[in-house]
Amino acid sequence: MTATRRRTPLDTVQAAESSADQPQPYAELGLARDEYARIREILGRRPTSSELAMYSVMWSEHCSYKSSKVHLKQFGDKVPAEAEKILLVGMGENAGVVDVGNGQAVTFKIESHNHPSYVEPHQGAATGVGGIVRDILTMGARPIAVLDSLRFGAADAPDTARVLPGVVSGIGGYGNCLGLPNIGGELVFDSSYLANPLVNALCVGVLPADGIKLAKAEGPGSLVVLFGARTGGDGIGGASVLASASFEREGGSEASIAASASERGAEPSAEASRRRSGPSKRPAVQVGDPFAEKVLIECCLEIFAADLVTGIQDLGAAGLSCATTELAAAGTGGMHIDLDLAPLRDETLTPEEILMSESQERMMAVVTPENLEAFLAVCAKWDVTATVLGTVTDGDRLVMRWHGETIVDVPPRTLAHEGPVYRRPVRRPYDQDALNGEHGNGLPRPRTGEQLRATAVKLISSPNLADKSWVTDQYDRYVQGNTVLAQPEDAGMVRLPGPDGTDSNVGIAVSVDGNGRYCRLDPYAGAQLALAEAYRNVAVTGARPLAVTNCLNFGSPEDPAVMWQFAEAVRGLADGCQQLGIPVTGGNVSFYNQTGNTAILPTPVVGVLGVIDDVTRRTPMVLRGDGARLYLLGDTRDEFGGSEWAHVAHGFLGGRPPAVDLRREKLLADVLIDASRDGLLDAAHDLSDGGLFVAVAEACLRGHSGIRLIVPDGMDPFVFLFSESAGRAIVAVPRSAEDRFTGLCTARELPAQQIGVLDILESAVEVQGQFRLPMAELRVAWASTLPALFG
Amino acid sequence: MGVSVRVGVVTFPGSLDDRDAVRAIRLAGAEPVPLWHGEKWLSDVAAVVLPGGFSYGDYLRCGAIARFSPAMESVIDGARNGLPVLGICNGFQVLCEAHLLPGALIRNAERRFVCRDQRIRIANAGTAWTADYADGQELVIPIKNIDGGYVAAERVLDELEGEGRVVARYLGANPNGSYRDIAGICNSAGNVVGLMPHPEHAIDPLTGPSADGLGFFSSVLTSLVSA
Repeated sequence: MTATRRRTPLDTVQAAESSADQPQPYAELGLARDEYARIREILGRRPTSSELAMYSVMWSEHCSYKSSKVHLKQFGDKVPAEAEKILLVGMGENAGVVDVGNGQAVTFKIESHNHPSYVEPHQGAATGVGGIVRDILTMGARPIAVLDSLRFGAADAPDTARVLPGVVSGIGGYGNCLGLPNIGGELVFDSSYLANPLVNALCVGVLPADGIKLAKAEGPGSLVVLFGARTGGDGIGGASVLASASFEREGGSEASIAASASERGAEPSAEASRRRSGPSKRPAVQVGDPFAEKVLIECCLEIFAADLVTGIQDLGAAGLSCATTELAAAGTGGMHIDLDLAPLRDETLTPEEILMSESQERMMAVVTPENLEAFLAVCAKWDVTATVLGTVTDGDRLVMRWHGETIVDVPPRTLAHEGPVYRRPVRRPYDQDALNGEHGNGLPRPRTGEQLRATAVKLISSPNLADKSWVTDQYDRYVQGNTVLAQPEDAGMVRLPGPDGTDSNVGIAVSVDGNGRYCRLDPYAGAQLALAEAYRNVAVTGARPLAVTNCLNFGSPEDPAVMWQFAEAVRGLADGCQQLGIPVTGGNVSFYNQTGNTAILPTPVVGVLGVIDDVTRRTPMVLRGDGARLYLLGDTRDEFGGSEWAHVAHGFLGGRPPAVDLRREKLLADVLIDASRDGLLDAAHDLSDGGLFVAVAEACLRGHSGIRLIVPDGMDPFVFLFSESAGRAIVAVPRSAEDRFTGLCTARELPAQQIGVLDILESAVEVQGQFRLPMAELRVAWASTLPALFG
Repeated sequence: MGVSVRVGVVTFPGSLDDRDAVRAIRLAGAEPVPLWHGEKWLSDVAAVVLPGGFSYGDYLRCGAIARFSPAMESVIDGARNGLPVLGICNGFQVLCEAHLLPGALIRNAERRFVCRDQRIRIANAGTAWTADYADGQELVIPIKNIDGGYVAAERVLDELEGEGRVVARYLGANPNGSYRDIAGICNSAGNVVGLMPHPEHAIDPLTGPSADGLGFFSSVLTSLVSA
């Protein structure tokens, strides 16, 4: 770029030293006054405009975790002792890595792309998938599966009809083009997510245990190579503007919001910062090119296989600012970059814009001089643009030049690791006691068989419990040929390639779960219930839960009530993981999910990854073994706080969520895993939202078989059918294995009660003495809801 | 079988189901040979599979760019001389773009990507890729595409049906609006087959809805050995 095209003269370090008092737009970039003062103190002068741009994105909530850091520390402090030996990479890297044996490791992580998905649903969701896939790739892994956890406003709200189809087509369009099977996830509707949809994408990858790559620039003289797509003007300020501030409905037309859509959270300055990011020509939502990413994946895997890089980092939030500072900070700190060498899509971009751009499908590698030629040859084979931007240097400064003039000279750690840390005020919400006090015990309950039948139909056809295939049929679940289980199964399961590249029998299972209503009632217990459900979902397939990732979706951290919810949820999750003996390996925080003063339901989404030694032993959810006995495992109590029944039948939220008993969860998991390994089970299915009836109906609908259920003596049929007590599952036991299975449960002291017999001649779900619901009627009720809403 | 039959799988930038096709060929008893789009030399393979995916991103018409790759030049020459070629999904699109097969594949009628276990019926068990099936045999095979609607002029459709060149048809709900429920067709010699469903994802009940798709890959062995 030439000086004549610049609106303002180039701001160099030299100029900054001689114009200390020049006013700078730090507030518009989302920086607080004291943060700006600290930058001046670090540098001993005012920052250049490029440095200011870098600090503003790196110190944004989204990148710096400044409000959450003090709480997230617990995940590291509470790593269970038994998990230490399998945890190869923990919190803080692009993604955690766990050892799964046979010299293989698995890496997985979940990340949010909430704000962009509201502004531009298709591209927002697509680039969310792209971003998490690059995080996994960056660890040196081949991505092998994705899952997504989605939350929208009420299913019949007009804006949901705008956002949901775009999000689904974005996830499908991007993931399908990458050749990644989509094996599971969640779809939840609640009016609290209107204008604040949650789009959380999880990716899993596999790599040799000794092939882990880290984001580290080491070895002076090594070259810093930018490769992949060219840098454009999209996503500028994405992390600092969109993800770090809440949308103000009032005063913001659709168009002005659209022009300002990116993922960060910064105070009143956010609006100004959106204005700064300019017209629609500089949208804060990134635009994805899945083909470029697919090629980049194959290119990177070939580079990893030939061991051609010493460090690698993807360009996601905060783009080049993040990649350069994190690579340099993880090494000795010294790096020299000639920024004007970056290949551009738009030649008019200024250095500040280049540093902030979040253009997708870009990576940065550190390559020794002797490997450079081979590295560039692999890029050329895949038609991937690769450009040497600079070198790793002695010393501890990151220096950037623009056509020979120095525009950045910073200690990179101050951007990447030593950002501001806030201990935000925390206050229990004023309405919390009242909310917990309104227990809802007086809500009218169905009593007669006819009333119970009507409730069953109403629940199974409600948007949160109805058939999700309108969404999941838009995702490729077969590609790569290793999918053993996929939605609507409790967990997705894929077979791992063997160390020699052939198919092995070892598999991994992943489930992702959350429940905002439980968390609103009790964020500590709610986070543990989400963890317990994901853990249980993995265990019902026969896989042993191994590790946890989480995506913490909350309102504004500046609201002490929201911060209380956050602190409680993190504490609950960290304690829960410690009790279950599985470590948190990484995750993501998304704040500012609120409109005006109204925050979303606090929604920690938890992903659990498990391993199964022999995928042929997996337990599916489908009920179809004729004559098999259906058992209910666990204890059923009168627990309807936060339940789907209270929500669907009465629009009511109050009381307390179901009790958490993690020791019981562990016992249940042990029994399910052992029974699966010993071949004692035909099927198993987790009990959660909607309770036993919904679980039985789902399993029967999948298997096209009917069942007769018997209400256990002394149990209230309504509680039996619809309670959401945790720590439960149903299992189908073949008659030949019945004695061994019940013996196992008795020996382990796990309550197991026979509640029915599978009958292929029965064409209904019949609850003895209460009602009979023909499968055909059940299927119509279950399958019609989403197509009727979304076409 | 004494000497193993070599079956090539062409990888284009953006190919996705290439490794799956390789696995299916191996399971069927042949030797899979990975081929690279930029290489004209087909490594002496006896048959070629063009796999599913989004070659070159398919930002232009699907398969429109892949059709001009060096590997395709050789595939087109070979196909005209009897080389068995199976195009699956994107491969079917490439074969139409290369004019080895008539007609075209357009956006699904519902305008959405669809991934579903699909029932199909074999309508011609006489091709190089369907010899191990029986006419009228019903299979369950995954379908997964967004541009899977087969269209052609009425005259062409009549000709395809008249000459028995419809290889497979969808049963039940038509997943993509294909004319006359066409799921696959062949050229008049029967060596070139285009198929929208993915048989390589139905080779093992562990990872697919059935093993019904394996027959496409074993068929080419049967055809080559008996030829």
